[in-house]
Amino acid sequence: MSSVAPDPPATQAPEKSWTVKVREAGVEALPPEKLLPDGQPTYVASWIYMFGVASIASLIVIITSGSILALKGPAWWHYTGVGHFFNSVHLWSVELFFFAMVVHLWGKYWMAAWRGGRSRVWVTGAITFLVAVPAALTGYVSQQNFDAQWISTQAKDGLNSVGVGAFFNVTNFGQMYSYHVLLLPIAVVGLVSAHVLLVRKHGVVPPFKLERRKAALATAASAGHDGSPAGTDGGAQS
Amino acid sequence: MSSVGVLGAVFNLNHPAHTVDWEFIHLSVANVIVIAVMLIVFALAIVLPFPGAASRRAARGRGGSS
Repeated sequence: MSSVAPDPPATQAPEKSWTVKVREAGVEALPPEKLLPDGQPTYVASWIYMFGVASIASLIVIITSGSILALKGPAWWHYTGVGHFFNSVHLWSVELFFFAMVVHLWGKYWMAAWRGGRSRVWVTGAITFLVAVPAALTGYVSQQNFDAQWISTQAKDGLNSVGVGAFFNVTNFGQMYSYHVLLLPIAVVGLVSAHVLLVRKHGVVPPFKLERRKAALATAASAGHDGSPAGTDGGAQS
Repeated sequence: MSSVGVLGAVFNLNHPAHTVDWEFIHLSVANVIVIAVMLIVFALAIVLPFPGAASRRAARGRGGSS
């Protein structure tokens, strides 16, 4: 007589694979309607956000022109007209990137963009600026001309004066070029990507007036009033 | 005349940079100009209305989809 093994309890749910867990966490954090929304609040119609988008547009030009320069090698930009052109495109897109990013950063600082649980949005933006500075510096010292020689020796003194000169040799072209074409661009693009995804996740910070008006309405509603915004500063932008 | 020659005729770069010195602050005039332009652009970005913003708010107020 053969024995039959008992069935496992039917109530036990199957173990989720890591791919399912990652997918579910991703969709929960950024559902499609948040990742690619139909529209934005009316207060997003501001020049300050145009400068944020201009920063990303500049970064795309930087990466594209930098990739072409990297493909052709670290001397091409000195002895060919096309090389000069892409070198200039790369330089001026960096100038525009910093210009637009700083104006965007100033605007977001005075708008206190970290309000409402958006601290990571602000921090990723600010750190992007801090990481972009050495990304640009390593580019200036990789030019292989007298300008690069001057900047690298000045930077060497500066870095030594703050005690980090043992970690970075800004007069070492190979090290600086590697930082410039690989490590720091990865960091900048990663931070910008995280910044944009966090903006999508948390939404753009509302104006102060709108936030105060919403708080006043919530207070009035909880107190059983009719919710009139009288006494608050009206004029919210949405 | 090459483009470099034309630019050279407009801006005489054959000299050390002009600088602004005030206490410990030591800036090239070119950088001062860029910083000033950034401040002006920032002020304009705050003050100037964004094209289409008013009509978008009005449409939102009427219950439109824009």
